[in-house]
Amino acid sequence: MNLRTTGGQAPNAIGGLAATFWLLVTIVPIYYILVTSLKPRQEYFGANPLAWPRELTFAAYGRVLENEFALYFFNSALVTVVTVGVVLLISLLASYVIVRNRGAFAKFSHRLFLLGIAIPIQATIIPVYYLIVQLGLYDSLLALILPGIAFAIPISVLILTNFLRDIPSSLYEAMTLDGASHWQMFRELVLPLSKPAIMAVGIYDALQVWNGFLFPLVLTQSSEVRVLPLSLWTYQGEFAVDIPAVLAAVVLSCLPILAAYIIGRRQLVAGLTAGFSK
Amino acid sequence: MSTLTAPVSPPPAPARRRQRRTTTDGPSYWMLAPALAFFTVFALIPLLGVAVLSLTNWDGLGTPSFAGLANWQSVFSDPVTLHAMWLTLAMTVLTYVTQAPIAILLGVFMAGSQKYRAVYSVLYFLPLLFSAAAVGIAFKALLDPNFGLSNAFNVPWLSQDWLGSTDLVFYVLIFVIAWCFVPFHSLLYQAGVKQIPTSMYEAAMLDGAGRVRTFFSVTLPQIKYTVITSSTLMIVGSLTYFDLVFVMTNGGPGNATRILPLDMYLTGFRSYQMGPASAIAVILVVVGLVISLLLNRLGGADKMESQQEGA
Repeated sequence: MNLRTTGGQAPNAIGGLAATFWLLVTIVPIYYILVTSLKPRQEYFGANPLAWPRELTFAAYGRVLENEFALYFFNSALVTVVTVGVVLLISLLASYVIVRNRGAFAKFSHRLFLLGIAIPIQATIIPVYYLIVQLGLYDSLLALILPGIAFAIPISVLILTNFLRDIPSSLYEAMTLDGASHWQMFRELVLPLSKPAIMAVGIYDALQVWNGFLFPLVLTQSSEVRVLPLSLWTYQGEFAVDIPAVLAAVVLSCLPILAAYIIGRRQLVAGLTAGFSK
Repeated sequence: MSTLTAPVSPPPAPARRRQRRTTTDGPSYWMLAPALAFFTVFALIPLLGVAVLSLTNWDGLGTPSFAGLANWQSVFSDPVTLHAMWLTLAMTVLTYVTQAPIAILLGVFMAGSQKYRAVYSVLYFLPLLFSAAAVGIAFKALLDPNFGLSNAFNVPWLSQDWLGSTDLVFYVLIFVIAWCFVPFHSLLYQAGVKQIPTSMYEAAMLDGAGRVRTFFSVTLPQIKYTVITSSTLMIVGSLTYFDLVFVMTNGGPGNATRILPLDMYLTGFRSYQMGPASAIAVILVVVGLVISLLLNRLGGADKMESQQEGA
């Protein structure tokens, strides 16, 4: 018997019903996406859109894969891996200084990063566009990576500093007595001890970058540098009436996250809520 | 604009290696430099730059030229933008009053230990697998007047032009936004509720408090900070529902769903009026910052700070 939810009373029937209703609300659109992506093109126009397909086919997935899906997938993966890798390294370094250096400048930097959390990223897209054009990076993957790094820093630093504060100073002091430099302490103490936080931040940042839409929409143009979320939108234009193919692309685009969810649900949830739940 | 980097570039720090220091010395500022440089160039300068650009004429291709306050005047007299402001306010309020109660109740439900609740929780997570763009595209198909839900069960009530009707489309968007974002917020609440000590519930039970009473006098006060965090994210987030609306309606029909971020994008990147678009962006930044600060104060600035810093 769980006191938290039942209060020592009979099972909560109204709560259970309401929860089941929301479950249906959640599931039906996802069921629709799956079922439609498995239908032949003709059946989409005829039958009940929520009915189980009379004939299951992966043809729609084939049509998506024939249309450069692998390239877009690769672009997204590349942008995500590079962005997250750089963000993790430089944010961890910055967090180490913020936590261990008592100087005023470290404090000032910390506040500056915290400010970044409250700014809606979308609102800076015009100057970012200007900057990227001036740097001659328009329509390249680097145009997505560089601002992507900058906008992932604030939340990453917030979470990592929270975590690093819990490392006891006695550990640092012991290493200082052994004559270790700050670099050595970073490599041999900070890096190994903050693995769980790095994992959570990495997942959070990766999801943001992987799902990002506005930067690719504004900062790229040609299909060679197209990333997945943008490709879904362009598929919608290209395939027009071929909705099964559009939804097959939607399914394919979420497979990496689904895989992460199945393999490490706990870490994924921890990563998503990292820094927000206390 | 490059001169702006000067005040925040790291001061010369002694980088003498292998020299023993006292612990108060701390690691060199050079380790802070890469993060600070990226943040300054691609976030801080654009943040200041958007204010500068709001005072210029620029078509997105040539060189911006100074225009004074003309863009601001045009933004505040443009009926489309004024309408967008109104829509954004309505959307912020409506998405909040729908999402917050559902997310809180769902979070409490998910924190329960019954087996079926764990199974439900696994399924509640599923919308988080999709990007906002993907969600928009899927719902656009599902709500298609000819081949979507309208065609499903021969129920007249379901046969609507969900995204084509000026009266309906706004509420449909609010529903889709809730579908998309409630799972994330309910996860925050689930984590918050799980941290409430069981002894508090035992005490409430001994006092004879019912389920509703317990919720309002134990659960809700105990998750106060989660409420503030989640509310801040929801409200500031409502200024940025760009992807979803862009993909689903592109502001239409007419201007029925042209919310402020979309108005900024369309003014800037479709009408090539970067000046007015920058003015709209400044409004978004200011409103976002003010709301964050206000909600911070509401929760007690010190406590919020200590919570943020993990104390």
